[in-house]
Amino acid sequence: MKKSMGKGRVVSAVLIKDLRIEARSRVVTNQVLPFAGLIMIMFAFALDNDDVLQRVAGGLIWLATIFSLFVIVQRSFAIDTVDAALDSLRVAGIDLSAVFLGKAIALTLQLMALDVVLIASAFLLYQVQVSAVGLVLLVTCVTCATTGLGFVGTLYGGLTAGTNGRETLLPLLLLPVVAPVLIAATRATEAAFGSGGAATSEGWAWVGLLTIFAAVFGIGGSLAFGPLIDE
Amino acid sequence: MSQSSRKVSNTGTQATRVIGVLAIVVMIWVVVSGLVLTPADVVQGESVRIMYVHVPSAWIAYVAFIVTAIASAFYIFAKRHSLGFDRVAGASAEVGVMFMAITLITGSLWGRLTWGEFWQWDPRLTTTAFLFVTYIGYLAVRGLDGSTQQRAKRSAVVALLAVLEIPLVHFSVVFWRSLHQGATILDPNGDVKMDGLMLFTLFSGVVGFTLVFIWLVLHRQRTMLLSDLAIERGLDNAILERQNESARN
Amino acid sequence: MTSEKVVDFNDVVIVYDDFPAVAGATFCVDAGEIILLQGPNGAGKTTLLRACAGLLQIARGSANVLGCDLQTDRAAVRSRVGLLGHANGLFQDLTVSENMSFWSRLVGANKIDIDQAIDAMGLSGRLSETPVAKLSAGQRRRCALASLIVRRAQLWLLDEPHAGLDAQGRDELDRTLRAARDSGATVIFASHEIERAQSLATRCLLVTSGTVMPV
Repeated sequence: MKKSMGKGRVVSAVLIKDLRIEARSRVVTNQVLPFAGLIMIMFAFALDNDDVLQRVAGGLIWLATIFSLFVIVQRSFAIDTVDAALDSLRVAGIDLSAVFLGKAIALTLQLMALDVVLIASAFLLYQVQVSAVGLVLLVTCVTCATTGLGFVGTLYGGLTAGTNGRETLLPLLLLPVVAPVLIAATRATEAAFGSGGAATSEGWAWVGLLTIFAAVFGIGGSLAFGPLIDE
Repeated sequence: MSQSSRKVSNTGTQATRVIGVLAIVVMIWVVVSGLVLTPADVVQGESVRIMYVHVPSAWIAYVAFIVTAIASAFYIFAKRHSLGFDRVAGASAEVGVMFMAITLITGSLWGRLTWGEFWQWDPRLTTTAFLFVTYIGYLAVRGLDGSTQQRAKRSAVVALLAVLEIPLVHFSVVFWRSLHQGATILDPNGDVKMDGLMLFTLFSGVVGFTLVFIWLVLHRQRTMLLSDLAIERGLDNAILERQNESARN
Repeated sequence: MTSEKVVDFNDVVIVYDDFPAVAGATFCVDAGEIILLQGPNGAGKTTLLRACAGLLQIARGSANVLGCDLQTDRAAVRSRVGLLGHANGLFQDLTVSENMSFWSRLVGANKIDIDQAIDAMGLSGRLSETPVAKLSAGQRRRCALASLIVRRAQLWLLDEPHAGLDAQGRDELDRTLRAARDSGATVIFASHEIERAQSLATRCLLVTSGTVMPV
């Protein structure tokens, strides 16, 4: 047994690997970002009313995030399954929960970048406004929500990786699970924007819920990921 | 393998027959009492009779998912990962999804009659709908390809994750409704003034549905056992076939 | 470990989607051997190699690898074996050296080992900075072999390692496997290059229809 390999080293190796591959291939940047941006524009066409758009901006941002999540998760596992690298990870005798954490953090960072673009487009397209206090709330909300989504996406992505029909199964499994994130992140974002007269202080309770969600799936995922991707 | 020596030709036993007969008797009583003997409600009128189906099926759906979760936990944490627990978990989830569908259908019919709408974004309804989709997903995971042990492990993990998820969904939905809309809709169950016979009929319904649930799960997990045994037997043949094949070479 | 046996399979059955890919295999491998698995396509060679790596569930029979019981403790064997499968297990968008440093970081190999392995497989210089996707099939195979070398495994499992390699690469491979054996490792590999493989192997096993027999 090689005792030298620390868990932290595996986490960072997997994290750097996933981010470097994205930096090279730019699949998320060139395909998912425009897709999410298009969703925001299409909503504007469909709703066609500035007042309504301002009020529902929070929900649209998070809907677009969750739709993009499916695509990013599949991409995240495609890079490991295309040449059976996942097999090599299994046989490397490493702690698979470290692989889970590395992939989840990479996914979270990509989702964060996506949300920055989505929120910026909400400012541009929907004319939402945010106060300084609201901005703090917004940043915290994005951090907690994307962390939760990163964990849950990696967990279910691992479950469906390498099985037949994963493209359709993943949304079916993920949608009910991420419902709390959709609700909580939407309300917190609305509070930050002050949509419909919502007070900023209302948002913090929702951020609490997002934190619980992230903690639950962070712990659950660390425990369950290894057995799930094992044969 | 150990079971294959025992001859299993059908899924019924003395116990299931007793449960089955009891279930039929109780259900006949619930039908007669629910439709004829009990009075109509002062406020809701005849529509209150849906309650005798709706409440027990909702109860059973939740019981079924608890059974699935417990059996899954036993599968994962027991030393010997017995497929028996997995079969009970799967059978219970299948029956649970059916009862949950009955709950949602009867609930929306009842809602149409009392609220004038098929659907309300009421916390309990919303949670139930999410639960329904979650367990359809669970059944889809059971259908993934792989060995029986793999199927058992995957689905047990998903069942336990679902247990974590349900309170989160419920809490977020309750919180969501309470902030934006007071609990204005009337609670159909709480609103009904029930006399003794109505309560007894409702109680009988719960007992009857529970018996039906037990009967279905027992039979379903035995058919699953039989199909596992059939696979096992097919495997025996396939192994022999392969060995003969190699002997010929 | 009571015996010198590195692999000890007794009437092992391995099932893939209700099909017994391995149907009652019995064989032993002693420490320091280089074993060639030969046999037609679909005979179960790949399955046997993957099972030895602790990747597959043993449906029936008893299987021991490096003193670990595969029925109960498959995970324990994994950090001590190295597997080169049909696929290379490489990340297409990363360069050779990035792939190498990823895999060697996971198993705790040092820089000198990595450079040596890259050198031994003829991938140093410009090639090491080329993304794997732009390499030829043989060069990718070399890269996968290099990442196997740095693992310093006790048991090497290779599934058709010669496929796709040029004459020079095959010589390198044979030399590497012999060197591994000399440093105390055991090697099991499957190959259709019978002549070359037989000269490399110390013993051959014939795999047909999911069973194993001596040649």
